Amino acid sequence: MLFGFPLLSLIIWLPIVSGLIVFLMSDRNTQAVRWVALAGSVAGFLVTLPLYSGFDTSMGSMQFIERNVWFERLNVYYYLGVDGISMPLILLNSFTTPLVVIAGWEVIREKVSQYMGAFLIMSGVLNGVFASLDAILFYSFWEASLVPMFIIIGVWGGPNRIYAALKFFLYTFLGSLLMLVALIYLYQASGGSFSILDYHHLPIPMAAQILIFIGFMVAFAVKVPMWPVHTWLPDAHVEAPTGGSVVLAAILLKLGGYGFLRFSLPITPDASHELSWILIALSLIAIVYIGIVALMQRDMKKLIAYSSVSHMGFVTLGFFLFNPIGIEGAMVQMISHGFISGALFLCVGVLYDRLHTRMIADYGGVVNKMPVFAALFMLFAMANSGLPGTSGFVGEFMVIMGSMEVNFWYAFFAALTLILGASYSLWLYKKVVFGAVANPNVEGMKDISAREFLVLAILAVAVLALGIYPLPLTEVMHVTVDNLLEHVARTKL
Amino acid sequence: MDFLLPDFTPAYPEIFLLFMICVIMLADLFVGEKNRLLSFYLSLLTLAGCSFITYDIYSTEVRYTFSGMFVGDAMSDTLKLMIYPTVAAVLIYSRAYISLRGLLKGEFFSLTLFATLGMMVMVSASHLITLYLGIELLSLSLYAMVALQRESAVATEAAIKFFVLGALASGFLLYGMSMLYGATGTLHISELTKSIQQGTADHDIFIIGLVFVVAGISFKLSAVPFHMWAPDVYEGAPTAVTLFIGSAPKLAAFGFVMRLLVEGLGELATDWQGMLVLLSVASMAVGNFVAIAQLNIKRMLAYSTISHIGFVLLGFIAIGENGYSSAMFYVIAYVLMTLGAFGIIMLLSREGFEADKISDFKGLNQRSPWLAFMMLLIMFSMAGVPPMIGFYAKLAVFQAVLEAGYVWLVVVAVILALIGAFYYLRIVKFIYFDAPEDTRPILFKPDVRILISTNGLAIVLLGMFPQALMGLSLSAIQNSM
Repeated sequence: MLFGFPLLSLIIWLPIVSGLIVFLMSDRNTQAVRWVALAGSVAGFLVTLPLYSGFDTSMGSMQFIERNVWFERLNVYYYLGVDGISMPLILLNSFTTPLVVIAGWEVIREKVSQYMGAFLIMSGVLNGVFASLDAILFYSFWEASLVPMFIIIGVWGGPNRIYAALKFFLYTFLGSLLMLVALIYLYQASGGSFSILDYHHLPIPMAAQILIFIGFMVAFAVKVPMWPVHTWLPDAHVEAPTGGSVVLAAILLKLGGYGFLRFSLPITPDASHELSWILIALSLIAIVYIGIVALMQRDMKKLIAYSSVSHMGFVTLGFFLFNPIGIEGAMVQMISHGFISGALFLCVGVLYDRLHTRMIADYGGVVNKMPVFAALFMLFAMANSGLPGTSGFVGEFMVIMGSMEVNFWYAFFAALTLILGASYSLWLYKKVVFGAVANPNVEGMKDISAREFLVLAILAVAVLALGIYPLPLTEVMHVTVDNLLEHVARTKL
Repeated sequence: MDFLLPDFTPAYPEIFLLFMICVIMLADLFVGEKNRLLSFYLSLLTLAGCSFITYDIYSTEVRYTFSGMFVGDAMSDTLKLMIYPTVAAVLIYSRAYISLRGLLKGEFFSLTLFATLGMMVMVSASHLITLYLGIELLSLSLYAMVALQRESAVATEAAIKFFVLGALASGFLLYGMSMLYGATGTLHISELTKSIQQGTADHDIFIIGLVFVVAGISFKLSAVPFHMWAPDVYEGAPTAVTLFIGSAPKLAAFGFVMRLLVEGLGELATDWQGMLVLLSVASMAVGNFVAIAQLNIKRMLAYSTISHIGFVLLGFIAIGENGYSSAMFYVIAYVLMTLGAFGIIMLLSREGFEADKISDFKGLNQRSPWLAFMMLLIMFSMAGVPPMIGFYAKLAVFQAVLEAGYVWLVVVAVILALIGAFYYLRIVKFIYFDAPEDTRPILFKPDVRILISTNGLAIVLLGMFPQALMGLSLSAIQNSM
């Protein structure tokens, strides 16, 4: 498929174009807007399937490459390609978009066309981030993804949405600008190339490597988010509408993880080794400390947001162990976290649509009124705490194995999450679902509709499938990860 | 003594424009109030004619005429071809606004065109006197335009401030030029360079002259610390005039700096480089920080202009084709964004109501989603978010400066750009997140709708495909140096 059909372009631009169409439809016929948005998002997912079926798992290099001159003056190319790291993330993203559209079906009543349009455009833009092999193209998509999310949080969010939207934007913008400086430096150093793959083979002196590494680290750490730059996430999650939270948790956080793999590790391998202790320390703090913080939350969305930070700690921990099982585990964790956190935010959304409160104390005894929901919620809470058989277990287990190879204490602290994760997940579940009906309003709650069931059931299948049989995912990334590690092991000094 | 007729070809657009201004002024005397729009259409026609002539005489050769006082080259022609559509866009955006405020008079059009003539002379000057004539023709027309709304005290105050400070700046400039003349004995820009190369003149006198010249330039560019006039003039002038001041003259100012600093004093680059570094950092810092505190959007955009000028100066600091062409690209991008931003302010204004508070943008999304979307594009572009053109302009400038070895300067600029993002975002916040205070519908004519849409889409499309414009800037610079 080297010079064949421009599949990646289609994957990027189909959602963007359909998003623009939805956007221009305006709100005269909201039902039509919803159907067009659904059609666009499903089509967007279907066109990614050939990416999986046509992917050559034995190849460590880039596939489905497209390369055209974009602007000559700076030697920038429209350069696309995927490997075993980016391909699963594109699938995850395109898979999530239809779910978000369905989840917002009846809930969003104001400015439907803008809401749906923003999600579709964002889906395409995020595919662009994962598929770009040119630094400027990557940066363009990376920054462009901020705009729709800013609008989504600010327009359809909760009462404190403006603060959250601004905080979200400015935090990420700061990180990205430092990354831009690093990229321009690399452009100079490589003699005028913006190709990310060229940077992979560029020798860089140690001092410069450290600075570049820090530039990238700030950008990606904000996005992941790592402790201590995670504070924008709970605010953004709490205020965002359900769909916004889902995309934020499922996809946007993965941009940071992806950035570490695509930029930090291969471009600055020596600095990565040198400074890995910082990343590992921050990851362990996120896993343990943020896990404890999550225990203290009264707001369901905040709790899940902190749990996200804690789980993303596993991802960064896995990357900086420099062994295959750690990196692969981190990748599995990214995908699995996409499913689980997305599903949990959808569950909270279901509850919020009925009672219009996110406080744990306002619920209780939901199982009496919503048994089907309670069953699904149970599955996701278990998956979040890393129950074997669910996808949450696979990633965490692999990363703990990987850290055991490096240092017992890394593994020890990382494993604490199994206790902490179980505590806050089950505590949340117990308070909300079990017990007597505490609040008279809960009496009036109806069980989930067919629409809600559909979305949650799809995710439940995904969580279980990945938990029981993760091979289709790991085999895709296996060769790429080996290649990456081999590359990182070589010094560039 | 033989009398040789000079070659008029490079100056055809200027001659045509001057002729048409006379026609418009005369015609304006004889048409009644009802047919005043005739001047509007004639002005547009004139600009179209100028574009045609300039395009026709465009050539990559450097053509001197009028005893070497006037030059036509790729840079001057390219800049002129940018100036015409900008002025035309200003006129179209302003039409409804000025007619509601009793400014739809012949003077508005003739002054606009005189200012345009001044800009054209500026970018085509190859002699210090010609350069000065151009800048004065532009400035005097602008002073008068600011004061066009006679009964407005704010506008009059702004005009006086503008005039006094502008005259001072012109004085600086002239004084600097006289120093250069004293040191070299020539006013021809090309001979100035030669004489510096030969090293016959005293370097110290050059430096003193250079300081005054740079100060004069900074006044005209509104670079910090010579920026004081900009916020008051931007706020006080009628928005149509603010739009004009903020847009096309910046293109001319770019040409002016190129002629004077690069062509004339290029040999002293190491001397003015340091001065520009200071001016640039101060402009970016003051512009971005002070803009945050503004409640008046015209004032805010004035500070935003100051900060953008800081970024343009970065391109000059980089020295060399890449630096200058990236500065040119930045100026063009800036003009596109300014046109749209002030255009939208004028669209929101009505009879007896100026939409010049930031809060007047509240809930624009509910009143007109399309306008809101255009303003969103403009604001994100100004903040430097891809894929809007503003980002690629910054990228080009940063790349050039890094190539010149100023890593710290880029880091500072990046941080200041981040601070700048905050106040642009605030506008977006008002537009999208707040409920409107004023729910009256926004009325505008189809021609303005087409123009604002073109403007907004140009910001995105030229951002997604910057190659053409970047190539144009680069070839304009390459062919003129």
